[in-house]
Amino acid sequence: MYTWHWEQIPQYFPLIGAATLRTLQISVVSIVLGSLLGALAGLMRVQPVRPIRFLAAAYVELLRNIPLMLVLYLIYFGLGAFFPVSPFWAAVVGLSVFEGAYVAEIARAGIESVDRGQMEAARSLGMSWLQSMRHVIVPQAVRRSLPPLTGQFVSLVKDSSLASLVSYEELMLVGRQINSRIFSPFEVFLTIGAIYFALCLTLSLLSRWQEARLARP
Amino acid sequence: MVSIRGASRRFSGGHYGVRGITLDVSRGETLVVMGPSGSGKSTLLRCVNGLERLDEGEIIIDGMRVNHETTDWNKVREEVGMVFQGFHLFPNRTALENLTLPQTVVRRRPAAEAKTVARALLDRVGLGGKESRFPAELSGGEKQRVAIARALAMNPKIMLFDEPTSALDPEMILEVLEVMRDLAGEGMTMLVVTHEIGFAREVAQRAVFLDEGLLVEAGPARDLIDRPETARCRAFMQRILRRPGGESVRPGPASESSWT
Ligand SMILES: Nc1ncnc2c1ncn2[C@@H]1O[C@H](COP(=O)(O)OP(=O)(O)O)[C@@H](O)[C@H]1O
Ligand SMILES: [Mg+2]
Repeated sequence: MYTWHWEQIPQYFPLIGAATLRTLQISVVSIVLGSLLGALAGLMRVQPVRPIRFLAAAYVELLRNIPLMLVLYLIYFGLGAFFPVSPFWAAVVGLSVFEGAYVAEIARAGIESVDRGQMEAARSLGMSWLQSMRHVIVPQAVRRSLPPLTGQFVSLVKDSSLASLVSYEELMLVGRQINSRIFSPFEVFLTIGAIYFALCLTLSLLSRWQEARLARP
Repeated sequence: MVSIRGASRRFSGGHYGVRGITLDVSRGETLVVMGPSGSGKSTLLRCVNGLERLDEGEIIIDGMRVNHETTDWNKVREEVGMVFQGFHLFPNRTALENLTLPQTVVRRRPAAEAKTVARALLDRVGLGGKESRFPAELSGGEKQRVAIARALAMNPKIMLFDEPTSALDPEMILEVLEVMRDLAGEGMTMLVVTHEIGFAREVAQRAVFLDEGLLVEAGPARDLIDRPETARCRAFMQRILRRPGGESVRPGPASESSWT
């Protein structure tokens, strides 16, 4: 028979609050870095020079076919053997490099979904490949990529829980620490779960609002 | 103005899009290109502005020699305007922005000047008052007129038209042809792929007929249409003249658009 001890939870609110901030911190930094990396790799995959395309494809395929946990271990324990790697940076670099591969695929799909005629029209007007991308193709691709990107960002927030495995004191790790003190797994993890849920839902709603705002004819 | 010398384009698989085409377009001339679907009309135009690479031969545009390696295509394309069957307007930009963007990006015109040019051109193609419409809010004929104005905003020396009215409903064809007729009247050098017999007869000085990538016949536009010399050209003219709608024919099956 499970006895509920919700009254045990409030004393840990400051701890949980700080951990939420840290989860938010690595998530936001990784979303920004992962998006930049992904946009770069996505562009590399559609540009005309073959070796550069190959390089980007190798990165994407490599990272999409290994577990994130392994990436985090490689950075924290592997690279950590050569020079000091803080849990924060291990988490951020791991998450960014990992999510970047997925963002690259979303970016590539978005760019390829833009009608080929758009590039030809832009080139015909005298724009270079880069100018055409920047002023014509990418703005259209970004708009179409927003829904899958949101999904990816939500995944990243959830994936950030794996940072607990490289000792970064984010929500998941702090949850485990609290539970080992009060042995009330439901109370602890339901609380943590509610926070993840709120964070991810907010992200989804924000981007849906942004999509509606961008939905020009 | 445009000098095409033995131009060939071979696609992967060894299939020729165009083969050994030699053709001159003089300054201020309108030349119509006709031929059945898949005969290489689009490929020819696309070679002129470098959307297709030339495998053999050469093209000289206003003194600029256009060959594979050394050509600055962006420079060439600034001088050569192209109008597509499918318009290819930028859908996320208004009519005005469609005209100002290439001016500011390529010609580096200040925004105010680009806007003035754009307004004047939209007026000229009969679209004054629709500057702030998005392409989705324009009819096909209006879209194509914006596309023509957009190309003109770059002050090209030559205009290429690839079946500019083939995707239009019949009642909109004339408004686009009207704009093209005016342009020709003002002395623009134009290379026009079209099966609009009326336009070809009245506006074009010369016409050429392509078949299977080869230039089969060339001559004064009226002669080529009314008195073709080759059997292939004659058969083709008979076919398009017999179509319902008479003068305003819509050539080629819809599938043709995939390469245009
Ligand atoms: N990018 C391409 N790759 C391979 N074949 C092509 C390509 N573009 C055109 N072709 C082929 O070249 C021929 C000429 O095409 P095109 O110039 O589009 O004809 P048209 O415009 O007269 O209908 C066709 O047989 C077409 O299938
Ligand atoms: Mg064609």
